[in-house]
Amino acid sequence: MKIGLFIPCYINQLYPQVGKATLELLEKLDVEVVYPLGQTCCGQPMANSGYERESLGACNNFVEKFKGFDYIVTPSGSCAYHVKKHFDIIPQTAEVIKLRKNVYELCDFILNVLKVKNVGARFPHKIGIHKSCHGLRGLRLGSCSEKVTEEYSYIGELLKEVSGAEIIELSRQDECCGFGGTFAVTEEAISVKMGKDRIQDHLDNGAEVITATDTSCLMHLEGLVTRNNQPLKILHIAEILNSVN
Amino acid sequence: MSHSKAATIFNKDEKKVNWHDKALWFVRHKRDKSVHSVEGWENLRNLGQGIKAHMLSNLDNYLIQFEEKALKNGVQVHWAKDGDEHNKIVHSILKEHNAKKVVKSKSMLTEECHLNPFLEADGIEVIDTDLGERIVQLAKEPPSHIVLPAIHKTKEEVDELFQEHLGTKPCGGDPQYLTGEARKHLREKFVNADAAITGVNFAIADTGGFVVCTNEGNADMGAHLAPVHIACMGIEKIIPKQEHLGVFLRLLGRSATGQHITTYSSHFRKPREGAKMHIVIVDNGRTEQLSRPDFRASLQCIRCGACMNTCPIYRRSGGHSYDATIPGPIGSILSPGKDLKKHSSLPFASTLCGSCSDVCPVKIDIHAQLYKWRQIITKEMKQPFVKKVSMEMMGKMFAKPSQFEKVGMVARWSLRNLPKSVINSKPNVWGRERDLPKGPKESFDEWYKNRKKNE
Repeated sequence: MKIGLFIPCYINQLYPQVGKATLELLEKLDVEVVYPLGQTCCGQPMANSGYERESLGACNNFVEKFKGFDYIVTPSGSCAYHVKKHFDIIPQTAEVIKLRKNVYELCDFILNVLKVKNVGARFPHKIGIHKSCHGLRGLRLGSCSEKVTEEYSYIGELLKEVSGAEIIELSRQDECCGFGGTFAVTEEAISVKMGKDRIQDHLDNGAEVITATDTSCLMHLEGLVTRNNQPLKILHIAEILNSVN
Repeated sequence: MSHSKAATIFNKDEKKVNWHDKALWFVRHKRDKSVHSVEGWENLRNLGQGIKAHMLSNLDNYLIQFEEKALKNGVQVHWAKDGDEHNKIVHSILKEHNAKKVVKSKSMLTEECHLNPFLEADGIEVIDTDLGERIVQLAKEPPSHIVLPAIHKTKEEVDELFQEHLGTKPCGGDPQYLTGEARKHLREKFVNADAAITGVNFAIADTGGFVVCTNEGNADMGAHLAPVHIACMGIEKIIPKQEHLGVFLRLLGRSATGQHITTYSSHFRKPREGAKMHIVIVDNGRTEQLSRPDFRASLQCIRCGACMNTCPIYRRSGGHSYDATIPGPIGSILSPGKDLKKHSSLPFASTLCGSCSDVCPVKIDIHAQLYKWRQIITKEMKQPFVKKVSMEMMGKMFAKPSQFEKVGMVARWSLRNLPKSVINSKPNVWGRERDLPKGPKESFDEWYKNRKKNE
């Protein structure tokens, strides 16, 4: 099984620790991981802003770097969803079809492909899970509050097995954080208000740490927490699952 | 005004935003409780979607069937290609009956066609009889929500409004007193009305009958008292069979407010003896929307308002920020089809979180349609220079790994070394209320290459 590691552009540049944790975690789980050099971005920033046509170069580069892998794993539900859902703008060759089918968000991959629940992590803190929307309602990484289905959560299942971790309940279990790509600046007032409201929910329910499958949501929340000096730590799920302290 | 500008103004009063958000979240929560008690809710949604999709694919036949049956029932049927024609038809019916005083139950279609000002211009009095609609009518405002038209108003504001227009006593916003006074005021209007206008929730092709859903019984009060009943409907309100009501009435009440069923589901089929009944069937852009494969499913909408209650942006920006007859997520995919220029900011008033699509009782892929409208708008509408150029530059950068690396290096260096006052200076909208991460010395890429080297 050959796995290609996709590190989203903003993680690569701004949150390398999330990329490192992802790689180390996968190596611990004894899988062969390759990080193809020359990768950039899935094209989502342009596409979600209405400029799908400007994302063609990014899509083609992505396909070029990741064709031939059995699985593509990424610490981002949003980017995995973008490849699955929106790579229909390039010719659907056998390679592209395979790649769209086999791109996985990290927790999904660990739980459902590797069939591992306990990754051997220890993290004795009260954790609030932010259920990032594209992972939740796009990739269905968990049940959402709108639909009447059996309750499940991939990120929750993995966290439950982490020694010492305590998952807190939120008043609104899956409301959007307000990041939304360029929405964060074009609709700044609402974006900020949504982020503040999410953070308050975590604080009110005793979280020490907010985690998620997506660093993009977390960057937005961290930006607010830091600016407002709030007593919360923001960590990507890979950092918790890779933690042994 | 763009949605984001209007939303910024709305957000100046954070307390009001919190109140508005909580009021609508309460309705969403009631909806959740109610749908979770229905076994097979998701099947019911599938059925609702299937019936509506089938109806849209056979709309012409069902409309003809509906007209035939309605005519047989003794109802007069009129066809209007747009809002203007609709208004003229309604006006001519009223003239024919010499009607000067009209009561109207809730109808988003008549809002869409701007019927009230059209009739008022000829001296006809039109009273909106839904309590929420009467409140916004007195305030000379459009509804801010399709099910809860006055949800943006506090009870204290209603108190003041009623003092001014209905001569009520100051009551500190006592809902019971205010509702009682509204009731007295509206009773008098019902009793003296020359004609009643209602909307239509469902028009049934195989019977020629139609159903109007209200919680206040105001549609019945109007239609049962006045000698003339005019029902106005969009062409997409058709359902093929009477039995399909069993699907839609269950979906509608629960999705709208968490009620098992709306308090009054009033079935109309033929005029009572000595009275007249008219149905006006309106297109007003619907056929054009039907012709767009990517957007036709938007016509499945049963106007429950659940997508508004769930939308984190709607809850925090208020219905008026959309400046459209139908606000919120569903309005943001319907309105650009009518006037792309005017409504071009609406598909961007979303994080594409997808909650609207999952809450929708007829499974309209609202967030996917918002994404598709965005692609069209950036092509057909002039975009801000900065946005256009930055998107082109990003597109080029991400196509070339070496460029991405260089830009990344400069960005990280700047975030690490520049003072915060420079980083968060005016052009950086992000930085107004949020910090940016401190730029790391090494990107993941560099770290990985170094690790390889040292292996």
